[in-house]
Amino acid sequence: MSFWALVAILFKIGVVVGITQGAVAYLILVERKIAAWAQDRIGPNRAGPFGLLQPLADGAKMILKEDVVPGYVAKPLFILAPLISIVAAMVGFAVVPFGPVTPMPADPGFFDVLGQFQIAPGVDIGILYILAVGSLGVYGVILAGWASNSKYSFLGGLRSSAQLISYEIPLGMSILGMVMIAGSLDLNTIVNWQDRHVWGIVAQPLGFLLFLISSFAETNRLPFDLPESEQELVGGFHTEYSAMKFGMFFLGEYLHVITVSYLIVILFFGGWDIPYVLTQDQTGLVFALIKAGVLVFKVALVIIFIMWIRWTLPRFRYDTLMELAWKRMIPLSIANLVLTAIVVQIVRSWA
Amino acid sequence: MRPDDPSLKRMIPPTLKLHEKFYLPQIVGGLLVTGKHILSASLGKGAITVSYPEDQHVPSANYRGVHRLNKDEQGRVKCVACMLCATACPAHCIDIVGATAPESWSDREKYCESFVIDELRCIYCGMCEEACPVEAIELTGLYDLTGLSREQMIFDKTKLLSVFDLTRDAEPMRYTTPPPKAGPRPTEVEPSGLPGPKA
Repeated sequence: MSFWALVAILFKIGVVVGITQGAVAYLILVERKIAAWAQDRIGPNRAGPFGLLQPLADGAKMILKEDVVPGYVAKPLFILAPLISIVAAMVGFAVVPFGPVTPMPADPGFFDVLGQFQIAPGVDIGILYILAVGSLGVYGVILAGWASNSKYSFLGGLRSSAQLISYEIPLGMSILGMVMIAGSLDLNTIVNWQDRHVWGIVAQPLGFLLFLISSFAETNRLPFDLPESEQELVGGFHTEYSAMKFGMFFLGEYLHVITVSYLIVILFFGGWDIPYVLTQDQTGLVFALIKAGVLVFKVALVIIFIMWIRWTLPRFRYDTLMELAWKRMIPLSIANLVLTAIVVQIVRSWA
Repeated sequence: MRPDDPSLKRMIPPTLKLHEKFYLPQIVGGLLVTGKHILSASLGKGAITVSYPEDQHVPSANYRGVHRLNKDEQGRVKCVACMLCATACPAHCIDIVGATAPESWSDREKYCESFVIDELRCIYCGMCEEACPVEAIELTGLYDLTGLSREQMIFDKTKLLSVFDLTRDAEPMRYTTPPPKAGPRPTEVEPSGLPGPKA
């Protein structure tokens, strides 16, 4: 790899990190607006025109607030926990294709790398990588609960990590159907398969539903936001955190939401694909930008849907939450997996 | 009310039908409900928020806000220092010092020399208003009750009377005359042992 290719990659990393962090700031504004509308309120509209400067105000508040570190905590771990949380959420973006990705030349130059809408294009085990680093967030949760040296936080950490680990199973299993059909773990290959045939939601409706539900649980969104249920459980693993350290947990959670929304779109809604309009044969910068725009638009719709769900469904009770994962979703995902395997085998043997 | 009272209506939760047990149709129904709210509020019609400093909120007619001490036609305080409001007050926030009325005040024997309400302790229940026999104390619809210190929130007679001047036109006294009597006034305690209605 040449020097300029490396520069291009670093540049892309900077852009992705910057854009996603900025997107998180504005997603919080969008979330607050949607929350307000769902409750027949107006929402934040004082900072700047239409409240558009509200993210800046929120950010300033996060930074300027007193950062309390209680005297009884295990200080190194206490500070490490939110870092793990946010880093685990961020590194997943390495393999997320933000737009179309074409095969790379053997010795890529600056513009070859820059033309790929993915930090690490051509990773064969893309989904596996996202799931792996995404589940690293559990360490942040457990560490935060443990290091806080408080019963609330500790129990909250255990509760959240049990939830996260339980929902990893249906999350991974529901993807496997799509992986088997497309025959690859690479996200680009999966998008290309959907472009040639049908969108994943048609091929794998049950898989889509299971993935959607378990991704809600993975990202701690309602109706699965027991980690932060401040009304009935007196908070969770981040009870002792304040100011920017709490903000980092929050940021990590939102980055997870973005990653998961990308996954939903890429696996089940065809990624950048619009049937009969955009195909994988259309290459070049113009089409690449259009496709990236389409993908981002779909992702935005999914994120808005996630927020919409939040103000519709009440929070789960802990035992029903576990029951849903172990007694309903895991058997369903296994059944879906076996059925898909049979169908794929039959189709392949015919072809 | 007895358990076999025929007017009792027993509420039986509806049993879930098969499609309801799958939850998903119900969730879609719920999404439609919130979606309707989100749409109507985002288009600027459904929101019930009041942009406070610009638009003033108009509380409902029976809203109970800051107290005022009413004045009669001659500008005197109506209070006769009977202490009924202070006695009725569940929060014990009213402090009255009574004094003998001046000779010229032919309609009463006493008046309040000092009348202090601790607005921080008050729970705005309106019991004082109910108890007052001469409609001297009244709760207004003023809701923007703020102060920079605790001392500022302890309202004395002057301040309570100034609230009257402030709200005299906006809120003409709700009861300028005693409320109409409903039926004959019971002279005795009812046989059930419960006290009868106080007119």
